Amino acid sequence: MSGNDILAVEHLSMRFGGIVAVNDLSFTAQRNRITALIGPNGAGKTTVFNCITGFYKPTEGSIRLTREDGGFRQLERLNDFRISKLAKVARTFQNIRLFPGMTALENLMVAQHNVLMRASGFTLLGLLGLPTWRAAERDAIERARSWLDRIGLLDRADDAAGNLPYGDQRRLEIARAMCTEPALLCLDEPAAGLNARESAALNELLLAIRDDYDTSILLIEHDMSVVMEISDHIVVLDYGVKIADGAPRAIRDDPKVIAAYLGTGDGEEIVAEGVS
Amino acid sequence: MDYFAQQLINGLVLGSIYGLIAIGYTMVYGIVGMINFAHGDIFMIGGFIALITFLILVSMGLTAVPLILLVVLLVSMAVTAVYGWAVELIAYRPLRQSFRLAPMLSAIGMSFVLSNFSQVTQGAQVKPIPPLITGGHTLHESAGFAVRLSNVQIVVVVTTVVLLAIFTWLVSRTRLGRDMRACEQDQTMAALLGVDVNRTISMTFVIGAALAAVAGIMYLLYYGLVDFYMGFVAGIKAFTAAVLGGIGSLPGAMLGGLAIGLIETFWSAYFSIEYKDVAAFSILIVVLIFMPTGLLGRPEVEKV
Amino acid sequence: MTAPSSQLPATHSSGIAFILKKAFISACVALILFSLMIGIRTLPNESGQLTYVTRFPQLAAMVAIVFGGSIVVELLRLWWGPVDTARVIPPSIQSALDFGGRLIAPALLIFALLVPVIFYQQRYILDLAILVLTYVMLGWGLNVVVGLAGLLDLGYVAFYAVGAYSYALLATNFGLGFWECLPLAGLLAACWGVMLGFPVLRLRGDYLAIVTLAFGEIIRLVIVNWQDLTGGPNGISGIPRPTFFGIPLVPGDNGFAAKLGIPFSPTHRIVFLFYLILALALLTNWVTIRLRRLPIGRAWEALREDEVACRALGINITTTKLSAFAIGAMFGGFAGAFFATRQGFISPESFTFQESALVLAIVVLGGMGSQLGVALSAFAMIGGFELFRGFDQYRMLVFGIAMVLLMVWRPRGLIGHRAPTVFLEHNRAIAADLVKEGRG
Repeated sequence: MSGNDILAVEHLSMRFGGIVAVNDLSFTAQRNRITALIGPNGAGKTTVFNCITGFYKPTEGSIRLTREDGGFRQLERLNDFRISKLAKVARTFQNIRLFPGMTALENLMVAQHNVLMRASGFTLLGLLGLPTWRAAERDAIERARSWLDRIGLLDRADDAAGNLPYGDQRRLEIARAMCTEPALLCLDEPAAGLNARESAALNELLLAIRDDYDTSILLIEHDMSVVMEISDHIVVLDYGVKIADGAPRAIRDDPKVIAAYLGTGDGEEIVAEGVS
Repeated sequence: MDYFAQQLINGLVLGSIYGLIAIGYTMVYGIVGMINFAHGDIFMIGGFIALITFLILVSMGLTAVPLILLVVLLVSMAVTAVYGWAVELIAYRPLRQSFRLAPMLSAIGMSFVLSNFSQVTQGAQVKPIPPLITGGHTLHESAGFAVRLSNVQIVVVVTTVVLLAIFTWLVSRTRLGRDMRACEQDQTMAALLGVDVNRTISMTFVIGAALAAVAGIMYLLYYGLVDFYMGFVAGIKAFTAAVLGGIGSLPGAMLGGLAIGLIETFWSAYFSIEYKDVAAFSILIVVLIFMPTGLLGRPEVEKV
Repeated sequence: MTAPSSQLPATHSSGIAFILKKAFISACVALILFSLMIGIRTLPNESGQLTYVTRFPQLAAMVAIVFGGSIVVELLRLWWGPVDTARVIPPSIQSALDFGGRLIAPALLIFALLVPVIFYQQRYILDLAILVLTYVMLGWGLNVVVGLAGLLDLGYVAFYAVGAYSYALLATNFGLGFWECLPLAGLLAACWGVMLGFPVLRLRGDYLAIVTLAFGEIIRLVIVNWQDLTGGPNGISGIPRPTFFGIPLVPGDNGFAAKLGIPFSPTHRIVFLFYLILALALLTNWVTIRLRRLPIGRAWEALREDEVACRALGINITTTKLSAFAIGAMFGGFAGAFFATRQGFISPESFTFQESALVLAIVVLGGMGSQLGVALSAFAMIGGFELFRGFDQYRMLVFGIAMVLLMVWRPRGLIGHRAPTVFLEHNRAIAADLVKEGRG
């Protein structure tokens, strides 16, 4: 563990009533790396995500995000929108949450809200149509256009997001998160429901985000072809507890991980569904 | 202390009437997820039907009060139930899969239709009747102040309790109740499992309207009058009660009804009668700030 | 009251026997519904005791109407096929309408500007036009809250009342003129909007609906009961009329007519009021259209679409919601101040729940979020309402029936599709069924 950690989760616990979804979890994610969080259904992965991105307040523990200049933010003390605005953590959702009645372009414009809000003088200057605002708007459109180009949706920029095919919606959601210019991008099952070709394109996109945009990625994924191919580091959860932590090759051969996924032969156990 | 006890009695009686109406709101909300704005006017129609039936019975020379009450109760419940059924069929069923605001506006429209229908057909004047149930009991008397429990109050509370018992049995023990709870959870799945969703929803409106009719009769007995506008005010209060209790929860509706009845009565007794409605609404707002899903409502778990 | 809708597939519902059977059932239901309410009329006798008279001919007539109406509806249904808006308006006509739609707005604007010229002699029409424009403005104001931000507000009339009473009280107590009071009225209403906004931040759907409704009622009840300040049910009279930027529109040497050297006419004031409300309404429209293209407006619409996603994108939900409430309320306050100066007299009767329901109906029927739709539906609603002026007691009845039928006919309103706020290549409208209505 070096000083190059972007995210350090320490002794994180999350309880819902009597159900312990995450129990004393500690792990780190390194800057400009792709860290994968894997585990069987109900292992508590999404709960961890919701704690990091401020949708849940952790019962215990600390989540520290370190900036490149060494400054840091304790994420468990920020509430939801500030995590994206101040700490620069963006996320996507397991069941895509685009703005279906807005166009692809508008979706990416909404993501640049805070920048544009300042540029529009908190609406007043924008209402008067000052040139500084117009320039800022042009820049925002340009950024949106470059992202649409990058994910191959430029020709569908003016179509409603709800009308796009599933795979395109997944990519658009990632592009939307990237438009907030995050330091850490959290992706909740980005490959779910994608076919092999789309999945390969996704891998390429994620690697490009890591290498070209100076963004670290934390990723939940079930699709092992994605996880093994692009992850630099893997954290394995089971029943809310970390059971393994290491490079993809090491994880693949870890007997505890194999047991968690395939069962140990002592019968089926009912997993407490404490996560959404 | 005696004054307090008297207000407590009055408040509980008023609360029972609100509770009966509130159940109709909460049932409909639970099953179709819409505010039945016309429900207050269904209550008003129930009062009118009861009044008219009463007048006919009296002009026929009937004098036995229990018999009159029974006939009025049955006729009013039956006819008002048909109103509830017709309202659902005409104004809500075509909009069931539609977006949320359309049925709400349709319901507001229906509320205007019903209240103005009775204004047009029965006139705008207040309709008074002589007290049907008289007498009462003095529970306690001291220093010239007597705590009285009138027979009307007894009738109102007993009827409410009996109806609630029947109703609870209906929802928890019968096939219809099971179907209703199933539709509440998931209409598509209920339909796949052989529940007649349309019929179940119709029955919900029928039962809600019948309970509102009983509330209308109780109002008529207690206050001795009805008018075409009473549905709006009572409807808003009962809806407030349903929300206060946690909309969708049946015990919550009754609890909310009692709470609103008590707040109103005590505020009128101790502070000012003019601001009693302001007090009721303000307390609703304050409660919702701290408990956004009402007193007994299920907290909405946000799925992320 | 028309016939119950058919639950059977169209193929089964043919045949005269079937239609007659349905009509017969409808008539039976009507008989049950109407026998007591229409067949019996309760009346007080000489001694004040309640008695009744029978009205069986009217009852028979109503049942016959339902029977006949039911047959007509069933025949229409056969003729049209299953009721569904796609069938009612074929695509070809729809696209023609869309093309025409682009011309409607400018045409309407030019017409509106010319109304006082065309109808100069018809005072009644000018008054009606002012009323319509007042509701257009209220509709546009509420549209910010309901149509854009997706927050259900059943107490919008409260802000209208705050605006009206602010102007009335400031003008009668402190002698301030209309032009000083107008911004103050808007500001005060906006403050009340924020006050309403705070408690309802966490509320959703129907909880929000009842709280806004309760808020509207609280404001009205306080106005009714705070007699020292508001005059209670008697209202406030003698509210100063607006001046033409300081020049009163009165006969005499100081008046507007005398300064221009033309003979005085009371119509001058009406025309002035007309252009005043037109300007206010257009200001509302301009600001709303402008705001939609600014980050705040996009955030409102995003909030309507998905609140959770907004939070994940770093949008402050609290300020976004409050700003929607405040701006909607501000326009309501402007409209209220205008109402007060136009009437010269206000009382709590003008600010009942029915007004809120009417404005909400205008917004929803217009198609949430569509400025043109709101204007058209305000015109249709208020104009239609006015047709029944002679039949006062049937007016609300017909209005209620119209509301139900219009909702059943077009649940998404006249113009349900959404225009994007920004585009790269094509400005394509977004179909109504994709646009969310908000959970707030």
